[in-house]
Amino acid sequence: MLSLTHLEPRGLAPVDLALDDGACLAISGPSGAGKTVLLRAIADLDRNGGDAETNSMIRSQVAAPVWRKAVTYVPAESGWWADQVDAHMPAGDPGPLLDSLNLDRACLAWQVSRLSTGERQRLALIRALLLDPNVLLLDEPTSALDDAATGAVERVLTQRMNGGTTVVIVTHDGEQAQRLGGTVAVVGKGCVELSTAGGGR
Amino acid sequence: MTYIGLSVADLAIGAVLIVANGLLSLSLGLKIERTLVIATLRMVIQLTLVGYVLTAVFELASPLWTGAIAFVMIVFAGYEVAARQDRRLKGLWSYGLGATAMTFSSTLVTVLALTTQISPDPWYDPQYAIPLLGMILGNSMTGIALGLSTLTSGVARDRIAIEAQLCLGATRWHACGPIARSAIRTGMMPMINAMAAAGLVSLPGMMTGQILAGVPPTEAVRYQILIMFLIVGATGLGVLMTVFGGLTYLTDSRHRLRLDRLHQARMS
Repeated sequence: MLSLTHLEPRGLAPVDLALDDGACLAISGPSGAGKTVLLRAIADLDRNGGDAETNSMIRSQVAAPVWRKAVTYVPAESGWWADQVDAHMPAGDPGPLLDSLNLDRACLAWQVSRLSTGERQRLALIRALLLDPNVLLLDEPTSALDDAATGAVERVLTQRMNGGTTVVIVTHDGEQAQRLGGTVAVVGKGCVELSTAGGGR
Repeated sequence: MTYIGLSVADLAIGAVLIVANGLLSLSLGLKIERTLVIATLRMVIQLTLVGYVLTAVFELASPLWTGAIAFVMIVFAGYEVAARQDRRLKGLWSYGLGATAMTFSSTLVTVLALTTQISPDPWYDPQYAIPLLGMILGNSMTGIALGLSTLTSGVARDRIAIEAQLCLGATRWHACGPIARSAIRTGMMPMINAMAAAGLVSLPGMMTGQILAGVPPTEAVRYQILIMFLIVGATGLGVLMTVFGGLTYLTDSRHRLRLDRLHQARMS
């Protein structure tokens, strides 16, 4: 679960929100409205006010790295800090995830510079999934993917949600929100508005 | 072993070379004649004044005046470090970080050398303290400026890669570690290279000066070796403090990258 109590991202009105285990919140809104700002604030990557909680872990009471392993943000643009792909993978076996996201298992030994944008996007998702977080904060995770790969990502996300993972996803695709069974929230005019009251499943 | 003094006429002959360079600039359209003249005048005036100031301070031999001169030198060095940055830290840190690191490292090393190895009487004798501090400060300043600019340009350039690691739960030290290490290496490199090349490619200035003043070369060399040790010690300590301090300022206790504390790159 994820609950936000008076979370104040920069430039947005305070947000109060509660999402159950396995719930999905799809965030839409015009460019520059603050969708990324909201996700970054939840992950505590920018200065922000208020507090957040996941599965009885209170953000202000744990170190930021601990929080981010439980509430993991996957930015729209993936970052790479080593030459080879496998150097970016946390502990765990990425094999099954590579299979289900239509990626070649051999790509772990590739140079990052060789990867296409779509491959990078999926690998960045995989390294977050390997941490097995309570909450995934995804910033347009399928923006560079074709329909087949998008479908694969959505299947993996649905699977995780069935397992209890809460997903907050920024998407411009209204149908994607529907396919993931998400509540829709719109960010605009400096505030976050849920289109159906309450949130949750 | 004698010391040959120079007259103003001797210097005037030397200045012919500057005039020749100026004429070259004019005839080739290099457009550096203005800066050349200004730099030459500055050098002559600054050094002449320093000559008088040092003479006065040496005669006074007072710890207060020696300290005052040391303070002025550190202020200028701190300013110089800040001026050499493409992306300056915001607020007092821009100027204060380098100055603080240099105050600590250079003063510590200079006092150590004066009280244990060179031991003039009194230990703060300006004839030893000021040139020593000057050499240590001048060289560690270069290292500190290089180290800091490597750090700031590195975190700005690799922002996405650093934040990718923070997102996955890395600490700020882990995520910025490689950049900090490379900044410290870069800051140390000029002095390490200078040591390796000393005597073969270049004759260090202080040693050359002592030889010109009539000191036996073996004696001058011994002084130079000590100076090299002191400079490397002060540079290492100063660069370490600056890079660590800079990294602490450019991140925060919630392990965020704080590029909002860094000015935009200067357009040049």
